[in-house]
Formats: sequence, C-alpha cells, structure tokens
Amino acid sequence: MALIAFGLIAAVVILSALFVIAARNPVHSVLWLILAFFSSAGLMVLIGAEFLAMLLIVVYVGAVAVLFLFVVMMLDVDFVELKQGSLGYWPFALLIGVILVAELALVWSASGSLNFDAFDPSPGAETNTEAIGAVMYTQYLLLFQLAGFILLVAMIGAIVLTLRHRPNVRRQNVSAQTGRRRADATELKDPAPGQGI
Amino acid sequence: MSNAIESLGSLWGPLLVLGQIGLFTLVLLLSIAFLLLLDRKIWAGVMMRKGPNVVGPFGLLQSFADFGKFLLKEIVIPAGANKFVFIFAPILTCTLAFAAWAAIPVAPGIEDGTSWVISDLNVGVLYLFAISSLGVYGIIMGGWASNSKYPFLGALRSAAQMVSYEVSIGFVIITVILMVGSMNLSDIVNNQTGGLQNWHAFSFQNFPLIVVMFPMFVIFFISALAETNRPPFDLPEAESELVAGYQVEYGSTPYLLFMLGEYLNIVLMCAMMTILFLGGWHGPVAIGANAAGSMPPLLLSLAGLFWFMLKILFLFFLFAMVKAIVPRYRYDQLMRLGWKIFLPTSLAAVLVVAGYVTYFGVQS
Repeated sequence: MALIAFGLIAAVVILSALFVIAARNPVHSVLWLILAFFSSAGLMVLIGAEFLAMLLIVVYVGAVAVLFLFVVMMLDVDFVELKQGSLGYWPFALLIGVILVAELALVWSASGSLNFDAFDPSPGAETNTEAIGAVMYTQYLLLFQLAGFILLVAMIGAIVLTLRHRPNVRRQNVSAQTGRRRADATELKDPAPGQGI
Repeated sequence: MSNAIESLGSLWGPLLVLGQIGLFTLVLLLSIAFLLLLDRKIWAGVMMRKGPNVVGPFGLLQSFADFGKFLLKEIVIPAGANKFVFIFAPILTCTLAFAAWAAIPVAPGIEDGTSWVISDLNVGVLYLFAISSLGVYGIIMGGWASNSKYPFLGALRSAAQMVSYEVSIGFVIITVILMVGSMNLSDIVNNQTGGLQNWHAFSFQNFPLIVVMFPMFVIFFISALAETNRPPFDLPEAESELVAGYQVEYGSTPYLLFMLGEYLNIVLMCAMMTILFLGGWHGPVAIGANAAGSMPPLLLSLAGLFWFMLKILFLFFLFAMVKAIVPRYRYDQLMRLGWKIFLPTSLAAVLVVAGYVTYFGVQS
C-alpha cells in the first residue's frame, strides 16, 4: 500500500517538476511548481516526517509560492521571446545536472549501509515534532539561531535598500485620522432662507 | 455487528473512513444550507428587513432553491479566460475547505480517551493552518484566469490580505500550543476539560494568563474575519470598488462552489476557535466523574457533539453580526491593523506565555 502511494506521489512530483520547465505560460509553471511542493509534502508524510511536511506546505506553498505567483502574474514579460535563446544554455544546464547526480551517487556510496526500511522519523522521541525540536534546540542551537539571524539581516537589508524618503509625498497620519472627533470635523449652521452661508 | 466487521476483514478500515467522510460531507452541506439562511436572516434582522421568507416556511428552503438555480444555469466562460484554471479555481477552493475537516475532532469517542475524528493527526493544528493557507490559491487563480481587471485586482488584494493575517493567526496558535504542549487537536480539547474556567479563552486555572489568552482569542476572531474575506475585511470583493472582486466573471455552478468554499471556511474557522479557545466538545459546567461514569458513553458522545455545534453556531452568529454592523475597512487600515497592531501584540503574547510556561508550568 505504502509502496503504491510512494510510486504515485513520486511520479506526480517528477512529472510536475518536468512541467515546471516545459510549460509555456509562466503562471502555469508556478502552478506546477506548487503541485510539486505539495506532492513532496505527501512523500514526507509517507516516511513519517509529518512536521516537516506541514511546514513545507505552510512556508513554501502557503507563503513563498504565493509571492512567486503574485510577481509572475504582474510581470508583463514576453516569455516566448525570452525563451528563444535559452537552448544555448544547455551545456551549462547539463553540467549542473551532472554535478547533482554525482553528488547523489557520492552520498549513496558513502553510506553504503544505509537501510531505507529502517528509517526512523522520530529517533529517541515519541513524535517527529519532538525529535526535531530536541535536536534543533540542543545540538544545533547555535546554527539554528544563526540561520534566524541571517534571515533577519536579509529582511532589514531589503527594507533599507527599498526605503526612500521622498519629499512632497502626502502620507497618512493615522493618529490624526483616528483622533478626529465630530466637533473638529463638522459644524452645525443654520442658514437663513435665501442667503446661504 | 462484530461478525459483519470481521467478515469484511481489512476492508473495514477504509470503508469506515469512507463512511465518515460521506457523513461529514452530508452534514456539512446541510448545515451550510441553513447557516447561509441564518446569515441572511440575521443581516436582514439588523437592517429591519424580513430577509428570505417566501420559499418554504420562514424561507427555510431558500438555500435549496438557490442551489437548484445555480446548478441549472449555463456555465459562461469569458472569452480570453484561461479555461482550465478558470474552472479549477472554484473546485480547489471547495475541495480544500472540505479537506480541512478531516482533522477536526467533533465529539468524544465511545471508548474512553478517544475522540470522534476522521484522522487524529499528531500535527492537527499545523494541518489546519496549512490547508487554510492554501485557500488563497483558489482566489488568486480565479482572479487571474478571468482575464479581467476587477477580478485581478480583487485577487491581488486577497493574496496580500490573507498572507498578512496568517502571520498573526500563526502566533496566536503558538500560544495555545505552548499551553497544551501538543499539536494534536484532541489533546488541545482534552486540556480544557472541567468547565468554563478551564477553557483557553478564560484559563482561570493559570490565572495571570487570562490577561494574554482572552485578547489572543479576540485577535484570532478578527484575523479569522480577514482570512475568510468577511466584512469588515471583504476588500477582495468590495462591491462599491470592485463590483464583486474575483467572482465577477463567475456564475452558475463555479460560483456556487466558490460560495460553498467560503462558507465552509467560515464554519471551519469557527470550529478552530471552538477547539483552540472554547473547550471543543466540553460543556461549560463540569460533570462529576461519578455522574459521567453512570451515563452511557454514547449519550456523553452525543452531548459533546451538541456542545461543539452550539459553540460553532454561537461564533457563526458573531460572524454574521459583525457583517451586519461594521463598516468596511480601508485597505491601508487593514494592512496597518495586521502588521502594526496584531503582529507585535501576538508576538509579545508568545513571549509572555512561553516565559510563564517555562517558569511556572501550566496546570491543566
């Protein structure tokens, strides 16, 4: 049963990954990418890494891919024209592919005794979540905190790069808006007939 | 009964799950039909109108008449629309809204310590959070595939809005997880046993935390309004600016699916609030262990289901009242509320609750 499920989901991952690069419409590419993410989360559920699976969906599908889609939809680029010269890059792409496969083979041969059937998603803990937490907040605490810090720096950097204080721009003053009372904004007049105010 | 189970052998498990899925779907669809009517009746009542009152007694069958109308209309796909995505978007919205219910525990089980839920996930809260964060795709895809200006603007607004409010919802959920120490929804409900004072929204047993947890409940409620695109945060479909936002080009069955998904999400958010803050299936008054022991377990289970549905109904009533009495937000006000008020507040609450749990521990 698990084997059939693995075969199906893995096939979906590979096919959708292929369609990501084969689709003509960039929006379709992103949609296929989302399907690939989603199915990878399914693979993680199958091996029992449920926490990682859910995080993959929340972070990548729920946030990152939304922004991808957001940007791709708003771009008005002629992607057909952009793709014209892309075939010229194939030696480079081939090189990257070969490196990736070589690395995988290296890992495979180095861990010759690796037994995938004996894979334990929650070593020394009751659930996958606890196992990850126990490792992340003890052994790898420094690296984990550093990664968070790097993200913070990147975020502040992005804000600094895009923040511009242009003069003569009207800005909302929220406290003035919410602090407005009826007496400051309206005035009751009693105009005499035929005279107006 | 047990003979029949044995004769089915290994088929029994999948059949049971299928039956439960069918039951959930049926009950959900029927309740949505009447909740929709309730929504319109409350709205009408606040405006001193009568609301739908023609089809059936008190208009009770109005939703079924609407259902028939939506099904029988012709599906119009606008020229230049992306056909596949256009049809797929409402289906996705509706499917995701149903899928989330797989992890919702609705009542205590017949056997002690179990709960009635299709799939008792260890990461139930995260699953719900993940599924509700996927809801934005139906809207974005629908808006984009319509190939029209208003739907596209509505979709963009919706994407920004839902991504923003998810952040504070996430932090609020973390405060609850910290108090319980588990992400299993049944564990979260069972942590609130023993009457009203033990519900997370009030949590008198961890007294200082009520100062944090009740505001967190309010923040979750308001964020849920924004997450489901309900008034006062219905900017993606603001009729005075965008006609109907991402739904402009939709009619007939696809529109029905969008609306169904929207209401299912509202009820789902109510169920989440019930589970996380209002004690799930536990009643407001604790039953003594002796009294509970003498009652048949089926009765206890049904009583749990009753309380669960009553709480959802109460929260839905609040949703409907908010729709009736609150004017729509401006877009910059919406973003300010999400990022400048809710996010810092909920982040501070996570720190406070985490500190409390670390130094004093929680009594449950």
